[in-house]
Amino acid sequence: MAECRGLGHSVQRKEDARFIRGQGRYIDDIKLPGMLYLDIARSPYAHAKITRIHEDTAMAVDGVAAVITGKTLEGFKLAWMPTLMSDQQMVLPVDTVKYQAQEVAAIVATSRYAAADGAAALEVDYDPLPVVVDPHEALKPGATKVRDDKDSNHIFHWEHGDADGTEAALAGCDTVVEQKMHLPRIHVASIETCGCVASWNPVEGHLTLYLTTQAPHAIRTVVALVTAHLGLAEHKIRVISPDIGGGFGGKVPVYPGYVLATAASVVTGKPVKWIEDRSENLSADSFARDYHITATLGSKNGKVTALKLDTVADHGYSDAAANPSKFPAGLYHIATGSYDLENAHVSVDGVYTNKPPGGIAYRCSFRVTEAVHAIERMVDLLARENGEDPADFRLRNFIKPEQFPYQSALGWEYDSGNYGAALEKAMDMIGYQDLRAEQAEKRARGQLMGIGISSFTEIVGAGPSKTFDILGIKMFDSAEIRIHPTGKAIARFGTKSQGQGHETTYAQIIAEELGIPPEDIQVEEGDTDTAPYGLGTYASRSTPTAGAAASIASRKIREKARKIAAHLLEADEADLVWEQGKFHVKGSPDRAKTIQDIAFAAYTNHPQGMEAGLEAISYYDPPNLTFPFGSYICCVDIDRGTGQVKIRRFVAVDDCGVRINPMIVDGQIHGGLTMGIAPALLEEISYDADGNITGGNLMEYLVPTAMETPHWELGETVTPSPHHPIGAKGVGESATVGAPPAVVNAVVDALWHLGVRHMEIPMTPARVWNVLNEHGAAATR
Amino acid sequence: MIPPSFDYHAPDTLEEASRLLLANPEAKLLAGGHSLIPMMRFRLAEPAALVDLRKIPGLSGIREDGGSLRIGAMTRESELEKSDLVQSRYPLLADTTRVIADPVVRNLATVGGNVAHADPGNDHPAAMLAYRASFVAAGPSGQRTIAASDFFTGPFSTSLEEGEILTEIRIPEAGPGSGGAYRKFERKVGDYAVAAVAVQLQLDGGRISGAGVALTNVGLTAIQAGAAEAALVGSDGGDAALDAAAEAAAAAADPTDDHRGSADYKRAVVRVLTHRAASSALTRAREAS
Repeated sequence: MAECRGLGHSVQRKEDARFIRGQGRYIDDIKLPGMLYLDIARSPYAHAKITRIHEDTAMAVDGVAAVITGKTLEGFKLAWMPTLMSDQQMVLPVDTVKYQAQEVAAIVATSRYAAADGAAALEVDYDPLPVVVDPHEALKPGATKVRDDKDSNHIFHWEHGDADGTEAALAGCDTVVEQKMHLPRIHVASIETCGCVASWNPVEGHLTLYLTTQAPHAIRTVVALVTAHLGLAEHKIRVISPDIGGGFGGKVPVYPGYVLATAASVVTGKPVKWIEDRSENLSADSFARDYHITATLGSKNGKVTALKLDTVADHGYSDAAANPSKFPAGLYHIATGSYDLENAHVSVDGVYTNKPPGGIAYRCSFRVTEAVHAIERMVDLLARENGEDPADFRLRNFIKPEQFPYQSALGWEYDSGNYGAALEKAMDMIGYQDLRAEQAEKRARGQLMGIGISSFTEIVGAGPSKTFDILGIKMFDSAEIRIHPTGKAIARFGTKSQGQGHETTYAQIIAEELGIPPEDIQVEEGDTDTAPYGLGTYASRSTPTAGAAASIASRKIREKARKIAAHLLEADEADLVWEQGKFHVKGSPDRAKTIQDIAFAAYTNHPQGMEAGLEAISYYDPPNLTFPFGSYICCVDIDRGTGQVKIRRFVAVDDCGVRINPMIVDGQIHGGLTMGIAPALLEEISYDADGNITGGNLMEYLVPTAMETPHWELGETVTPSPHHPIGAKGVGESATVGAPPAVVNAVVDALWHLGVRHMEIPMTPARVWNVLNEHGAAATR
Repeated sequence: MIPPSFDYHAPDTLEEASRLLLANPEAKLLAGGHSLIPMMRFRLAEPAALVDLRKIPGLSGIREDGGSLRIGAMTRESELEKSDLVQSRYPLLADTTRVIADPVVRNLATVGGNVAHADPGNDHPAAMLAYRASFVAAGPSGQRTIAASDFFTGPFSTSLEEGEILTEIRIPEAGPGSGGAYRKFERKVGDYAVAAVAVQLQLDGGRISGAGVALTNVGLTAIQAGAAEAALVGSDGGDAALDAAAEAAAAAADPTDDHRGSADYKRAVVRVLTHRAASSALTRAREAS
């Protein structure tokens, strides 16, 4: 029997054969007969009344077949749609636009070029209205009101933890640090933008929706609920999510373009394709972050005791965040991080502004990045205020291995961890003490070098049905496995890979459980007509949920296989011993039947009274979340002449529990680290006072290339999750979440002796130079 | 990101190209297309016609002839990168080419396009000013040569006349004691410069006998910093002279506040880069002595 290559093997990715040969099938590769194309005319203003849309100006363009406006949709009660956070957002405005680049009208044409020309030709009359872009301004009395249907710009107040206890604990601290910080708007900027092909069959009353979505099943249900009044029902809707070129949370929401293409297909009776361009993607799709945080952290006798976070969250004109429904600020209350902290309180106030709606979790399990940034910055500050090295301070204040399962002050039960081991390993790898000595030497010579640590704890794998749902649908996920007579298999899942390598890792889990080699297992996701129902892929949940389902379904199959083996071997079930890939009779290893033998028998020679076939399905409801963690150490040099921060070394020690495919894990960490240093150094979407976007194209939105990316030095520790069937925790987002504060801490460390205590991100050369200049440390050569 | 429709011409001769330009006032020349096509895709430029130069023979190549390095206007940036002649004898040009956009762009983008597009953010104009280069143009009234210092008249505008086409770039042939450097500071690879500085030096008996200093993206055009040049000429290239040149270059810069930084910051970057470029140019000139 071939080696089954289950857990722990760097199996080459099954999906790469098609990806590296250009044979992936993405949304824009889908072409249907008679297909029309849709383009969107967008608002040049951040806030304006639409006085007239001159539809004839677009209709005059050759090839334009239809112009859809908010008034058209209003007739079908489709001008507004619900968001996942029980707010609503416009598909198209009936009378007022609320942010620059908002959809104003859809142009349907016989070619993509004609559609674009129609959108450019469409004349719209606007009356500009006052704009509010700063969420603090938006909260002041008399501020311009963003939403006509709301009383104020204040969306929600959410808080968690013991407010009074935390205040009392802070009052009793001998050392307290407070710091304001802003995590600016950023965008996932996936290589593939969003798009869809909607194909309505008027005869069958059936809609096929090819969609760049991370959650095809949930989208099908949402579409059914939103269009029920028009006669569409869920069994007549098929959502197909083809290959996806990066999701990172940006392909969780429903965008107006999807609804418009669907409406256009229903109206025209033809398939309609909508593919957004890069500028639309950056300036109108859901943003991430935009948290204004005031953090307070206190210690007594060198022991961290109390954390307080007060937060203003800028959601744009609609709360279109993609969170589990009971969590308006996501899992922000993981904010006590890796530290044994008895008192904590966090609050978030959501605010409307004249900006695009959001925000989504950019490669992050719902606001965990914001939480980690806050605690890791504050621990660094508090360490120094205590006169202690940030590494030593962390090591003393970590939750200890023997405290797991650990009840956090904000109500989570951390499953497992060994934080000190991870940090010590990272310190060994980077040569922490030597770097500190080098830094002292360099500082004496006037050179700026810094070392920054981030010891993050993540919270992923949403989630247990008791608390986690999206619009009421519990956040389980699923696997369905069928073993064919020849011992090959097909496995289908409710999740959807966007580059994570599910086709390989899921096959490896099944290989581990059943002994069928990964190459003999076909893995499919994304087609709601064939795959079992699941909530999709985001928040590092695929391995914790669907991966667990793969194990459980495999084990169900193994139990049936045992019965068949007993029949074939004429032995008692209880006398059979499972070794990977076969059952043998206890004491007689030669009396054995492989899983392939058993599969054949399941269709040709199954016991009397047993149903034929060998398959199983599992809908896995995780008993708890998983808590991956790690310690990152970043070493930077700063050019005193230009303000440029150069990452010299970056060591990342990750603990994601049991590793399924180490190569894929490393790849996830490499990508995540790159996406982690990006907001620290480069990426930001900002707006001027009139609400004009800056950063709406890739000349201004600075996505790092290979040239900006340092060499990553990876290390690992393995602390299995005690509740996951194979001990895995999920790893897709750890690096994005953990990396930013390591870079900030390194830069602040480099500048500490000048009196610098904080840096906002992104730490652009201009921003760093300004700080150098203010402190008289800028060089002229 | 879809441009409006336009006519497309690919003439075989310069005369025909020139005629097409004169006949279509809304036409644009297409060389490598890596500035023009993005502008068309954003619909910031909507030319009625494109006149593609790629079929016209004799517009590319790199050679030394008649006391000049002659570069055909349609020479791709990547050809400069691969040219032993450029790499071994024209370090300022070699430095400049290497920091233009990214390798994929440089495979198609042309030297002539970078010069004639006259974007103040383009890198070749400053290098050409520092080199004291001249440009050969062909048009309805024949061929003429324009000094780099007379060429850049404003943002995206040059002294080329209607129907005139840039055909060749001439850089004074490198001799003993010459050396140069280009120092560009960019937010990320592929970005336009926050600021960049070109320095070309001639050494004579250990002293600087000739200097060209020019600045990228800190004004409406590339800026020749005459006072910085004057600070270097006659000196031995010591730190005092370099500091004086750097100060003069910073004063010559005329930047504006934008997302790359404040005007003050950009001036500071010019100061730093001038020192660094001059220092590197000096080392190279000494090596070439």
